[in-house]
Amino acid sequence: MHELAVTESILSIANQAAEENQAAKVTDIYLVIGQLSSIVDDSVQFYWDHISQGTISEGAKLHFERRPAALHCKSCDTQYPLGEILQPCPRCQSADVFIESGEELLVDHIDILREEP
Amino acid sequence: MPQRVEIVKKIMDTNDRLAQNNQATLDQNHVFGINIMASPGAGKTSVILETIKRLPAGIKLGVIEGDTAPVTIDADKIVAAGMPAVQINTGGDCHLDANMIEMALAELPLSDLDLIIVENVGNLICPAAFQLGTHANVLIASIPEGDDKPYKYPNIYRGLDVLIINKVDLTPYIDFRMDYFQQGVEMLNPGLKTFALSAKTGEGFDAWIAWLTGKVNAK
Repeated sequence: MHELAVTESILSIANQAAEENQAAKVTDIYLVIGQLSSIVDDSVQFYWDHISQGTISEGAKLHFERRPAALHCKSCDTQYPLGEILQPCPRCQSADVFIESGEELLVDHIDILREEP
Repeated sequence: MPQRVEIVKKIMDTNDRLAQNNQATLDQNHVFGINIMASPGAGKTSVILETIKRLPAGIKLGVIEGDTAPVTIDADKIVAAGMPAVQINTGGDCHLDANMIEMALAELPLSDLDLIIVENVGNLICPAAFQLGTHANVLIASIPEGDDKPYKYPNIYRGLDVLIINKVDLTPYIDFRMDYFQQGVEMLNPGLKTFALSAKTGEGFDAWIAWLTGKVNAK
């Protein structure tokens, strides 16, 4: 449900970058979404289609790069995916682990068209 | 040909910057702020009311209440306890954000206060994404919710400064494996400050009140 606020932020970041770069149009937006950020792609796309209308980013294609969450076991140095539910190290059963990745929530880059001179 | 423009910007950047401003506002007024999150029914309001009752008399506090609908039950209870309260109606939104807190802070007599308690919307997913600018993120978990919550909602446990386990008086009646629960918490947030208590019996409140009083006095 907080995807609306997230989508508004994406639009604002893209529009600002487009203006700073004298873009006529934003064609593509590349997002990096970590598994732990609890963001639903379809929901962002739904809001995007509505709120981007009438802006320089209208019609831009959203690309979602999903980053799975990875855990790292401090006891035996095994790296393993978070999966559906948090679990201790599958190799040595230790709970002495840390989260290595999966919390990203970024606009990585956008593609723009410039006005013809 | 489309041209690529590098951005690499956190999507939550604007909210995070507003949150920093809120924290600066609190710091200028020597106010300690806490953000209380929980699922619906974990006992946020009960813990807040019991906390108000037990804090040393000299500590003046204000409460910011987040609600999804324009009901004032929670805020009314706080005002009845003699504290200034601001109600934020999120209009169905599932979380508070830093902008809402900025507006609410403007309505409170900050220079007269020592502590602000923000009661977030009851939800374990969305509030985790929005920093508010408070000094401590506090989650109230409760025994009847079950011992699997850290495993199912890892994200909210990641950003916590304090964990309160409420309704410990129900432990004899519910299959809640404290070891299993705390193992999950430890995997996500090693060394997290944890208080087990009951808003109904008052058990365990002394340690929580001592911690909070220490933080408020240090501001």
